[in-house]
Amino acid sequence: MFGYYLELALRSLRRSPGLTALMVLAIGFGVASSMTTWSVFRAVSGDPIPWKSSKLFVPQIDMWGPSARGSDGEPPDALDFADAMALMKAHRASRQSAIYAVSPSVVPAATGAFPLNVSGYGVYNEFFPMLDVPFLYGSGWSAADDASRAAVAVISHTLSQQAFGDGNSVGKTIDIEGRDYRVVGVLADWNPQPIFFDVRDTGGFSGDGPDVFLPFDRAIAVGMPNDGSTNCSVMPAAEGFVGLQQSSCIWIALMVELDDAAAVTGYRQFLDGYAAEQQHAGRFAWTPNNRLRDLPAFLTFEHVVPRDTKVSLLVALGLLIVCLINTVGLLLAKFLRRSGEIGVRRALGAPRAAIYQQFLCEAGVVGAAGGVLGLLLTGVGVAGVGLVLPKRIADLAHIDLSLLALTMLVAILATLLAGLYPTFRASRVQPAWQLKSN
Amino acid sequence: MTVHPIIAALKWHKAGVLLIVLQIALTLAIVSNAIFIISQRISVIQRPTGVVERDLFRVSQSFVGAPSGDDPASLDKLDALQLADLGILRQLPDVQSVAASDGMPLQGSIWVGGLALTADQKTPTSAAGLYYGDEHMRSTLGARLVAGRDFNAGEILHHTINSTVPSPVIIVSQALADKLYPHGDALGKTVYLDSKPTVIIGIVDRLQVANASTRPWVYMSVMAPVRLDGVNANYVVRAKPGRLLPAMQAARKALFAANRMRVMPDSWGIQSLTEIRDKAYRADRGMALLMGLICLILLGVTAAGIVGLTSFWVGQRHRQIGIRRALGARRIDILHYFHAENLLIAGVGVVVGAMLARGLNVWLMTQYEMARLPVTYMVTGVLAMLAIGQVAVFVPARRASLVPPVVATRAA
Repeated sequence: MFGYYLELALRSLRRSPGLTALMVLAIGFGVASSMTTWSVFRAVSGDPIPWKSSKLFVPQIDMWGPSARGSDGEPPDALDFADAMALMKAHRASRQSAIYAVSPSVVPAATGAFPLNVSGYGVYNEFFPMLDVPFLYGSGWSAADDASRAAVAVISHTLSQQAFGDGNSVGKTIDIEGRDYRVVGVLADWNPQPIFFDVRDTGGFSGDGPDVFLPFDRAIAVGMPNDGSTNCSVMPAAEGFVGLQQSSCIWIALMVELDDAAAVTGYRQFLDGYAAEQQHAGRFAWTPNNRLRDLPAFLTFEHVVPRDTKVSLLVALGLLIVCLINTVGLLLAKFLRRSGEIGVRRALGAPRAAIYQQFLCEAGVVGAAGGVLGLLLTGVGVAGVGLVLPKRIADLAHIDLSLLALTMLVAILATLLAGLYPTFRASRVQPAWQLKSN
Repeated sequence: MTVHPIIAALKWHKAGVLLIVLQIALTLAIVSNAIFIISQRISVIQRPTGVVERDLFRVSQSFVGAPSGDDPASLDKLDALQLADLGILRQLPDVQSVAASDGMPLQGSIWVGGLALTADQKTPTSAAGLYYGDEHMRSTLGARLVAGRDFNAGEILHHTINSTVPSPVIIVSQALADKLYPHGDALGKTVYLDSKPTVIIGIVDRLQVANASTRPWVYMSVMAPVRLDGVNANYVVRAKPGRLLPAMQAARKALFAANRMRVMPDSWGIQSLTEIRDKAYRADRGMALLMGLICLILLGVTAAGIVGLTSFWVGQRHRQIGIRRALGARRIDILHYFHAENLLIAGVGVVVGAMLARGLNVWLMTQYEMARLPVTYMVTGVLAMLAIGQVAVFVPARRASLVPPVVATRAA
């Protein structure tokens, strides 16, 4: 029966090519614009480390006090040097790392090569296992390396190729900011988006991934300046990078891994205890105002998904709805125009269910055709998204099987939904009345 | 023509009428907000920077293996590197003027300070974007001095960004001067920049801060007489008129020839302000483009929907039209009938749509910091929707008017 209805549908659609084209175009454009904006939204709102994000937490401490708080009463979203070091020293989480952005120059070993400017981070050894950072060669450094401020570095595969050519560069020496470092690990391609351990500086999306990681204390000791943003409530009293370290300016991110609810409660109590201690010591003149958000909550708090992306998705969904209302109207016109045909079928004994099957089948065919057009237009849309969005975000949008399947599914389901009311009206056609008047 | 028969006829097509009303309402709601977003983005993109943008470019680079600048000796070493670069750039034949300047409008990263009127003021009177540079900065950028004077060479300090040394004098933008001293007597006043006293010695009529921010303090700028020493050193260069490209190429070559140990990549090392502007407003331009595209599709779909449904009605009322014609209605009457019918439906649609547009705008205001939708946009949108309805209905209405009176005599 399905094959017969399919044939009927195709014949009927061919009979009014203009109307059919109109419906297919509307569905195609509606679905494609939604899917294109969805592909961008999906890319920027994704969980960068889904298997672990609920165990990663970002502690916030209010070292500035009520006068610097906004109307939401939130403490600063990063730490100053003193508090970051105090939390690191206490080591109350199963893994933890302070993180700050650096941008050193690297001189490739090959003679005649120009120096490079690379972006990277000062981190502690637990950073790598905590974030499941994948290594191509070697590994991260040890706690002993952190303690002794060893001149070791983990570099990206890209930097390894630029500096040493192909092959394993572990054990080789690399010139970073005029000093020699021993390469202990080379990363496999690793560029999580959003770059969740540094959303404050990057806004979440940074194009190329980090190229170099150095031991935090080592980078501080050699005076490698902070390349991320620095925010101050009170200007530093002393000169230079050392002055920054003594100030209450915030420039350090801290991430901790807490494995279960008890650990989270324990860490919260520890934070409150720490702040109370600071209050007692006279450093804070206010009651503790701490936060301990898990990674997804912190990304939401930092508004990682760009506002424009959300508004675009909403507007595109609005367009899809208008296209569907349009399709309801056109299908209604198309189906009711065939009241005579329906009357004959009903008079010859076709039950209402048969009318439903026939006309929903026709709607489905329109939906499928719209879906195919939608696929093409989505392809064009995703390819052209670079014209419309900043490169670092546009590069994240891509077509995959799930997007293609979703496009088709949305097109067909939406058109079937749009076909329900017209089909209902078609099934209510009175056979006797139609036969009489014709 | 009376409205009553139109309404009576439409009662037979309740579903179709409802669908068109809904479609027009939603289209109006979305399009008026989208056009408003577009116009906002365009006005952001068109904001003047306050500098003379032609022939201006920025050199941004960092020295490899440079000293930290934390002690006086290494600070002098850093400064010498920078002064050498400035001297090289100044000698290029296509270059008109050169300045040490950390900032450049729209380039992205920005230093922000707070300005207060008294030393012990708790919250600053205004935030401001800081431009650090030498005595040539203002003239090279081309910001117009409207009061006071430029820095002189003797006033230029040099230190790192983390320094605590205060700047004794500053030049401020007119917007900032007005914010600090609404009565227009800012020149010569002592104000507090990040709690340190400084004297306003000059006022420029306009200077946008160094990023594409839309914050209220976008024109609150301060020029401080400081050559910033650091691993990173930035310069602004004005090429001789029409010699921008040759000057940029020559600058790159000359700087590398003088000192190879620097990082100055093609992507951001030397950029004209035109390129910088292009990058800074890319997202805004893109959003405007996207909204425009969606508006076009929406209007097209809605117009097509009106054509489709009205055509269907004309087909259904074929016989009635014939009867009217037989009873003496002229072609123009039939045409008017369908136009009036559409006006009625679209009229209901735009009333609902205007309310929806307002609702959507209020919701966007709470969620995404949108501004309030001005009434002019709503009125324009309403008129545009009515016009589109009238144009779309013309094709089927004309077909209806061509129905011959003889149809009335035939059996249906």
